[in-house]
Amino acid sequence: MSEQLHDVRLHVNGSVHEVQVPARRLLSDALRHDCGLTGTHVGCEHGVCGACTVLVDGSPVRSCLMFAVSAVDAEITTVEGLTEADDTPEGRLSPVQQAFSDCHGLQCGFCTPGFLTTITAGLKENPDPTEDEAREMIAGNLCRCTGYQNIVKSVLRAAEIEQERS
Amino acid sequence: MKPAPFAFRRPATLEEALAALAEEPGAKVLAGGQSLVPLLSMRLAAPSMLVDINALPGLGHVRCSSDGGAAGVRIGALARHAHVLASTEAAEVQPLLAMALSHVAHPTIRNRGTTVGSIVHADAAAEMPMVLRLLEGSVDVASVRGRRTVPAGELFAGPLESTLAHDEIAVEAFFPALPEGAGVAFQEIARRHGDYALVGVAALVETDGGEVVRARVGFVSVSDVPVVVDVTDSLDDPAGKALAELDPAADIHATAAYRAHLVKVLTPRVLADAVHHARERNT
Amino acid sequence: MTTKLFGTKVPRVEDQRFLRGQGRYVDDLLTDDPRLLHAAVLRSPHAHARITDIDVADVLDVEGVLAVWTYDDLVDAMAQPLPLLIPHPTLTHGRTQYALAKDEVNYMGEAIAFVVAVDRYVAEDAVARIRVSYDQLPPVVGIAAARAADRLVHDDVPGNVGARMEQENGDARAAIADAPHTLRLELDVERSACTPMEGRGTVARWDPDTSRLTVWSSTQTSTGVRGCVAAKLGLDLAKVDVITPDVGGGFGVKINHPWPEELLVPLAAMTLGRPVKFTEDRREHFISSAHERAQVHHVEVGFDDDGRVLGLNVEFWHDHGAYTPYGLIVPIITSTQLLGPYKPANYRVVFESLYTNTVIVTPYRGAGRPQGCFVMERTMDAIAAYLGKDRTEVRSTNFIQPDEFPYEHGLVFQDGRPLTYDSGDYPASLEKLKTLVGWDEFEDFRAEMAAQGRRVGIGLACYVEGTGVGPYEGAHVHIETSGKVKVATGLTTQGQGHQTAFAQIVADTLGVRFEDVEITTGDTRKMPYAVGTFASRAAVMSGSAIHLASLRAREKALRIAAEALEAAEDDLEIVDGVVSVRGTDASIDLGTVAVLSNPLRYAFDEASKAATQFSVGDPGKPPVAEDDEPGLEGKDFYSPERSTFANGMHAVIVETDPDTAEITILKYAVVHDCGHLINPMIVEGQIQGGVAQGVGGALYERMEYDEAGQLLNASFMDFLMPYVTEVPTTIDIDHLETPSPLNPLGIKGAGEAGVIPSAAVFAAAIEDAERPYKPTLAITAMPISPSELFDLRLAHADVPAEAIAEETR
Ligand SMILES: Cc1cc2nc3c(=O)[nH]c(=O)nc-3n(C[C@H](O)[C@H](O)[C@H](O)COP(=O)(O)OP(=O)(O)OC[C@H]3O[C@@H](n4cnc5c(N)ncnc54)[C@H](O)[C@@H]3O)c2cc1C
Ligand code: FES
Ligand code: FES
Repeated sequence: MSEQLHDVRLHVNGSVHEVQVPARRLLSDALRHDCGLTGTHVGCEHGVCGACTVLVDGSPVRSCLMFAVSAVDAEITTVEGLTEADDTPEGRLSPVQQAFSDCHGLQCGFCTPGFLTTITAGLKENPDPTEDEAREMIAGNLCRCTGYQNIVKSVLRAAEIEQERS
Repeated sequence: MKPAPFAFRRPATLEEALAALAEEPGAKVLAGGQSLVPLLSMRLAAPSMLVDINALPGLGHVRCSSDGGAAGVRIGALARHAHVLASTEAAEVQPLLAMALSHVAHPTIRNRGTTVGSIVHADAAAEMPMVLRLLEGSVDVASVRGRRTVPAGELFAGPLESTLAHDEIAVEAFFPALPEGAGVAFQEIARRHGDYALVGVAALVETDGGEVVRARVGFVSVSDVPVVVDVTDSLDDPAGKALAELDPAADIHATAAYRAHLVKVLTPRVLADAVHHARERNT
Repeated sequence: MTTKLFGTKVPRVEDQRFLRGQGRYVDDLLTDDPRLLHAAVLRSPHAHARITDIDVADVLDVEGVLAVWTYDDLVDAMAQPLPLLIPHPTLTHGRTQYALAKDEVNYMGEAIAFVVAVDRYVAEDAVARIRVSYDQLPPVVGIAAARAADRLVHDDVPGNVGARMEQENGDARAAIADAPHTLRLELDVERSACTPMEGRGTVARWDPDTSRLTVWSSTQTSTGVRGCVAAKLGLDLAKVDVITPDVGGGFGVKINHPWPEELLVPLAAMTLGRPVKFTEDRREHFISSAHERAQVHHVEVGFDDDGRVLGLNVEFWHDHGAYTPYGLIVPIITSTQLLGPYKPANYRVVFESLYTNTVIVTPYRGAGRPQGCFVMERTMDAIAAYLGKDRTEVRSTNFIQPDEFPYEHGLVFQDGRPLTYDSGDYPASLEKLKTLVGWDEFEDFRAEMAAQGRRVGIGLACYVEGTGVGPYEGAHVHIETSGKVKVATGLTTQGQGHQTAFAQIVADTLGVRFEDVEITTGDTRKMPYAVGTFASRAAVMSGSAIHLASLRAREKALRIAAEALEAAEDDLEIVDGVVSVRGTDASIDLGTVAVLSNPLRYAFDEASKAATQFSVGDPGKPPVAEDDEPGLEGKDFYSPERSTFANGMHAVIVETDPDTAEITILKYAVVHDCGHLINPMIVEGQIQGGVAQGVGGALYERMEYDEAGQLLNASFMDFLMPYVTEVPTTIDIDHLETPSPLNPLGIKGAGEAGVIPSAAVFAAAIEDAERPYKPTLAITAMPISPSELFDLRLAHADVPAEAIAEETR
């Protein structure tokens, strides 16, 4: 019995990826293994940890709870797509990324992509969060290393950097 | 933790979706996937086919009307929890929706999970099935055999089991508007912020000239199916009345006695909040 | 030392790749290699059973499956039990599992069969088709059942006792018998686990062209894995390279090795001639990686009117799960580190390490210290309550004083060396903590809250932590002709920012720019001798080794530069990678010195051309002198006589809801002394993370086994790791820097500190909040949930009316 493969066009970070996957291929696996975008991490595969969070049409979504075949009509942004173009080949860190570096918002870095995508969308909705709102913004993501203190600071700092840059 | 194989359809019309379900007895509807996909990945469920309804047109609505017998909020099968929560109009017409939805999981889950899916999933630990039942709402259901409206009172058959036939799609849920002089409230206690509740309680009270003329209370996580108890005639001990109809169970997070205790603590509080809410709306 | 970067908050270099999604964790490797295969493991669904048959006939029919292994397919060393890594004379009945179960399974999750397929999905399909017949045996679950011993985990281990160990300093029982006051306590701690966000994982590739095996593993010890893989697969060590890429957290669980998969993946890669990957999923992590913490303690303490401990007698029972691959490290640490900053006149400790049909136990951040701290601090609180004294006063009475260092406890520590504290100032730490948390003002706050119907309580706990255990760590420093400095140390990194902290040391010691330093960790090709990252040892061990190796490189650089510049070595300084004669213009780049250090001088770059203006070397001697080597390198090892002892004290203010028994954290304060800080930002991050993990351990996380030995909460849905909403909104941290005299940098370890006192400090604060209302209520078991606090309230009477009357009288 050979499993049916589906031709799927995924729109990720502004590029199109044509992949052939079985229906059961989780979007997280498709991004990581078929598109080679290993920045999106997998920490639980049951929707609790948030490490796999990507932006689907701008909104944070668990990529471990979506199938690649269901993502055909969507514009997906992963952590690799957060950097801003400048005159360097690698691009400049986005305000959220820069804030994490400034505030030591990460240790092992495994949870980080999920936080970065979530906060990027969160700050679009609320560019000037209070500390409580910053906490609320990241309340659905687990981190085992940092104790979250510096991630909360990073959210607030990111809002500042965004202001400074605009 | 990867799903077993399944066939996949992503129909563009409701008719196609219904036909696919009717043809394949082992098929299941895929809506937001926030409950179904974890079950598939843990191989606790293995449908032969998934019918992804996310490409169906015209089901993403949160429609409010505030007049007449049909006054209320109509929520399409593809309206995400987040959309419902964001609708200020819905929050006005039926404030309990937003009160309860803010306790459903985390925002990221709410961005994808559908309110109708949550109702049909019929988890007694979930907020929205109970809310639908408390408000005496209903669900519109379609199949190749036609359409029907299922009142909330007839929707829940058992743990994680609705009375929908396997080939039916719930297309819309209807939450009646909050009548004049009525008030609602919701409180829950969960281990972690955003977790399923250890106990959740919602109340709907109707007042007339400041007097409570009807009071009903709904409960989350203290029974197998969403339970609503009319406490109009036992306002001196509403929790006592409720506990006679509830069946709090022990699990790894709480003993049955603790759950019963939380019912006793929360029920009068929530009723008081609801009365307060009714008074506030009247002024 | 002319420190510039040492002690400053240098931003981390590793962040750049992590923030861009360009980290390289094990599961990220070889993703674009179409030949890569994926493994899945069939695990026992039963806690205790005999395997009567394994039928894999259906498996090979699955399209995309390449191979399946069961025990019967293993030969030679692979067919032997896994190593018992750390034997101990008192571990009389050590047992380890097989890479794949042979005849019996002893915990739910034990590996039975190993399938390799084209992807993980298909591999899981195949696993589901393996049919195993079991004869179920009654399981032993929990310490009480293990002690009762009416069932055995291993038929040949009587009483389920793997080890019994006793240590005594003085005569504790006699001292207790003679003491003016005595107390007895029963104290329990439940099972929990590290649960790093990244589980275990291993990738292996056999290269037939070079006959070499490369293994990438998410481990805390590359050198350990290398040794095991070579020994078990019958390969020469020289043919095996083990590389630890980026690791998504460890917290102890990844120090155990070899995991079955760490051997099976390379075996499969060699057998099939294709690279193979195993990535543990979250459920597997719960049921087949290690747990820790479960212990039951019985305490007898005798003390005088001041609360001075005259005799302390502790018996405890340690649940080590189904096997003992990591020996007795955890209970030995409890038994010694329990003492904390105190000096009981007489101390006896005895423990039994017991088998149960549950997942194996290996160190989890803190490694037995959280339990020891819980026991000692609960005892101190009990003494204070008994005597009606302030809890800080009783502690002060028992502190080792600053002038008593080095302080010998008369016991043997986990490293087999005498338990001797190097330095510390406990009274000063306590003063700082009292100020930080507002200890003296707390009763006013309590009264103010009580007036609003709110219950609040305060607790404190002190600990001492042996860090930087030996035996050694090494470093190799290589200055390239470009002036770039490449440094290798063998231990691994799981998020501690070694690439930054170690580069700070190199930059300072060598006098080079921070940006020019690149640190490699955990790669056996670059540094084959190393121990691993655990026991808060990385900074002390590798930090010191890197300092020493940098000094060697510096010495050589100065020697060559002195000759080139025709100056005395003493007149030279190295700043930003340039060696110059102090007070003159004469200078030479380190890169050029590197060229001069190597007599082979093809002029292939600017540095080589620049070097032609200098002449070095004695024309009368061979180009490489007898006592010299080509190249500008330094290599050294650091091996301390004994551990350094960091210490700290935590305090917390909690609120308990009078109705719902919910527990809320109002304030958390930490005073921490780990000697000199290399990078205070990183140390604070470690503490904050540890505190959060401790909150989890105290209030949320536990392993829930049922009587059948089924783990009921093997998911993040039910194993309640704290989100941001469950941790304190602020953690106030104050440092004391009592340098260690044992190493050149004066540093002590900081990795585990944050988590050690949490069970103790929360138990104390919750009890303190409840006591005014329930005078007999005592918190003797952790973790504690609101449901359990509710039960405790039911079990204890309210303050009797006449007592309240008495108090007001
Ligand atoms: C980490 C996490 C935490 C959560 N916490 C909570 C919580 O606190 N409270 C809570 O209530 N929920 C919680 N949820 C569940 C979430 O609300 C789900 O979104 C919801 O229960 C199901 O909606 P869905 O659209 O995702 O349905 P799906 O997962 O797609 O489907 C669920 C079931 O309903 C069926 N179904 C769905 N839609 C239809 C339809 N229109 N017609 C017929 N059948 C249909 C499916 O076949 C399936 O059997 C949580 C989920 C996660 C992952
Ligand atoms: S991997 Fe998707 S939420 Fe954990
Ligand atoms: S930084 Fe390691 S899990 Fe968050």
